[in-house]
Amino acid sequence: MSDALKSAAERFLAQAREQEPTPAFSELRREGIAAFSEHGLPDTKQEEWRYTNVRPLAGIEWAALHEPLSPSRNAIEGVATPIFACGLEVFVDGHHHPELHGSPGASEVTALGTASAPPALLGQLADAKAHPFVALNGALASDGARVHVHGEDPRAVHLVFAQGSEDAASHPRVVIDADPGSRGTIILDHVSLAGARHFSNSVVEIEVAENASVDLIILQRAGDASFHVGHVAGRVERNGRLRTHTISLGGRFVRNDLAVVLAGEGAECRMNGLYLGRGAGLIDNHTWVDHAVPHCTSDELYKGVLAESSRGVFRGKVIVRPDAQKTDARQSNSNLLLSDKAEINTKPQLEIYADDVKCSHGATIGRLDAEAIFYLRSRGVAEDDARAMLTRGFAAEVLSSLPEPSLAEAMSALFVERLEAAEEAA
Amino acid sequence: MSETIEELAAREYEYGFVTDIEEERIPKGLSEEIVRIISAKKDEPEWLLEWRLKAFKRFQQMLAEGHSPDWAKVSYPEIDFQDMYYYAAPKQKKQLESLDEVDPELLATYDKLGIPLLEQKRLAGVAVDAVFDSVSVATTYKAELEKKGILFGSFSEAVKDHPELVRKYLGSVVPYSDNFFAALNSAVFSDGSFAYIPKGVRCPMELSTYFRINAQETGQFERTLIVAEEGSYVSYLEGCTAPMRDENQLHAAVVELVALDDAEIKYSTVQNWYPGDKNGKGGIYNFVTKRGACRGKRSKISWTQVETGSAITWKYPSCILQGDDSVGEFYSVALTNNWQQADTGTKMIHIGKNTKSTIISKGISAGHGQQSYRGLVRIGPKAHGARNYSQCDSLLLGDQCGAHTFPYLEVKNASSTLEHEATTSKIGEDQLFYCRQRGISEEDAISMIVNGFCKEVLRELPMEFAVEAQALLGISLEGSVG
Repeated sequence: MSDALKSAAERFLAQAREQEPTPAFSELRREGIAAFSEHGLPDTKQEEWRYTNVRPLAGIEWAALHEPLSPSRNAIEGVATPIFACGLEVFVDGHHHPELHGSPGASEVTALGTASAPPALLGQLADAKAHPFVALNGALASDGARVHVHGEDPRAVHLVFAQGSEDAASHPRVVIDADPGSRGTIILDHVSLAGARHFSNSVVEIEVAENASVDLIILQRAGDASFHVGHVAGRVERNGRLRTHTISLGGRFVRNDLAVVLAGEGAECRMNGLYLGRGAGLIDNHTWVDHAVPHCTSDELYKGVLAESSRGVFRGKVIVRPDAQKTDARQSNSNLLLSDKAEINTKPQLEIYADDVKCSHGATIGRLDAEAIFYLRSRGVAEDDARAMLTRGFAAEVLSSLPEPSLAEAMSALFVERLEAAEEAA
Repeated sequence: MSETIEELAAREYEYGFVTDIEEERIPKGLSEEIVRIISAKKDEPEWLLEWRLKAFKRFQQMLAEGHSPDWAKVSYPEIDFQDMYYYAAPKQKKQLESLDEVDPELLATYDKLGIPLLEQKRLAGVAVDAVFDSVSVATTYKAELEKKGILFGSFSEAVKDHPELVRKYLGSVVPYSDNFFAALNSAVFSDGSFAYIPKGVRCPMELSTYFRINAQETGQFERTLIVAEEGSYVSYLEGCTAPMRDENQLHAAVVELVALDDAEIKYSTVQNWYPGDKNGKGGIYNFVTKRGACRGKRSKISWTQVETGSAITWKYPSCILQGDDSVGEFYSVALTNNWQQADTGTKMIHIGKNTKSTIISKGISAGHGQQSYRGLVRIGPKAHGARNYSQCDSLLLGDQCGAHTFPYLEVKNASSTLEHEATTSKIGEDQLFYCRQRGISEEDAISMIVNGFCKEVLRELPMEFAVEAQALLGISLEGSVG
């Protein structure tokens, strides 16, 4: 590990030792500090971080304590649009703001910072020893939420993680447990209140019990100067269904890890992702599906658009364990390079130890189809419009699968807005 | 069904026999002294010895720093590099003038393998440079090739006869410091093949070499160098069989190809080294560095391989597409049965404009076999209009085996187009049923389906090899279907 990474790791550890953990986090912190002291921050020699250098992140002195901001409800609604008022909980710079919360829905949402004991699931799914930023989150998490999905509430739970203070770091922790047979939609929304440079390092643990069905939507629409590392660890039981939607539209450095274990027969996991790289931004998606038992299905679709001198990274891994027969696993990653300076590194991987399976992956990299542009131009569409139209169409496949149409619309608009900003800059 | 399977699974390696030939050996172990002895035995010029010593130094450094490759998905006990012989040559009484003078036992061995060393053999028209253990013994058709100005022979001869060519190209594609096993090979390589195709010449026959590992505990370290001058064409065949043996043997070869403007090199391999017995005991460790440089414009390098042997295969024939409009191809069938492990694939490095590459990889895994495709396609920032198509399919036979795919795609140019596809599946019950229903035995049906699965690759092989490859697949594969 280089000196820069070492000293950054030490700064984080010093912060962790300074703060007194709240009751819910005391055990997690102990484990987090132990794991993080041992492994520190990852360097590019580690296969999982081969294309993602964390040095820009390590070079900044992130503040643990910052001036408390009290944004108005309007300010939040301005950046986290559309607001789903049922089950709205707002975290600002990592701290829960109970005064901003909406009306309660069927799913129970509890803030962890003030909880007297840790929820049962906390620390059970995300592995601090294997993932450096999970360890860091464990060491520094001080607030977050537990979402208990029960019943069949069609209304989404909306957790907004807003950041506004310059050089502030937050380490929110979320645990989601869905009762057998329940249905729910949870939105984790990472936004910036101002154009501040900030770092959020979130960890989500989600357990989908038998016959439950959960849509997990992770929106990364913070400002261009933001740093975001997010880890989702999921477990799906018999006949359960988890659908994830990871939409990353902003940031200087974004790394999403999504690890799902299909632990019960008939479990299903669908992972959708869309990423837009702009400026000198880095956007990295690592997914990992573990078919631990027979008769499970996973289907993954990640699409990326890389503009200007942005860099994209995709790693999708499917593991089929011995005896996980009748597995059906599909994975697809498509990338659109819009500029000669843009770069993409993709490695779709299959690791298969059972024979009666259907597994496939595909990856494509290219630019917009010249013939499609010509077709549109020959019908009087200006070249810029034709390009925008085709790029929007490319993204629509992922966005249209969002369970909330109003959200799909808002994200599509933001996608176009940010894409246009990139094209104007170029 | 199960009876057929058992019967087939019980089939032993057909080519397991040891030839008793008096051998000349140097002491066990690896040291600077050994490197010097090897060089002296081969009567090498000073520059080559120096190059070997530099490589040895680098190897020692890598060994001390623990740089032996651990990223591949293969596992084997640590290799004791001191517990090996680094040089073994069949003793020869005198310089040979014709085949009649070759040790008859050696010739008998080749006969068993069906190598067309003798001119009356059925595959007339194939020049064979047979490397028996480490020293080239006999070469045919040399004169005819010479008429065209083609140089084809053993590496040691080339060092003596054409030092300027060897010196110019040796290590220019795979430097001695390239990787752990390339460094080892560069230090102790014993012999190999050298081919040089002059400008504008189309090689009239397929050049072929049989490598055989014979002496026990002898690591074999060949070095192959093929240079195709402007506008030339050559097709090179490499085929391998090895006798049965209990102790694991290390084989760390290096192959370098250089294609200049408009030149084309086609390199085909059938690798059928001893894979170990059905309990995973013994077998060859095949750790090979193969790389071709498309230096010239419109040059083309095509790798075709059928890998059925070896306990462990670690091999990534690659193309560096430097010249504009150059083309790289990789066609591979890899088969792992019993306890075999294979980590194989390719690298396509696109540097020049409008460079194209195609990767077709077919993996078949049976028994406890573990197989990985590991490939890299890199499009450099200046490779405008680069194009790659990759397809990696795996077929699984049995529930104890594994098939893995690890492709890396690194793209720094927006005008390039890449496609990668991979699938994994087993032989369809319905396909089998269909064949059986029409009176085709299960064995034949499986053979047919597997050959169909590999067809895209097999048809790239020269005819003689295609025949051998199909037979090999038939023997090694069907026996484990369940």
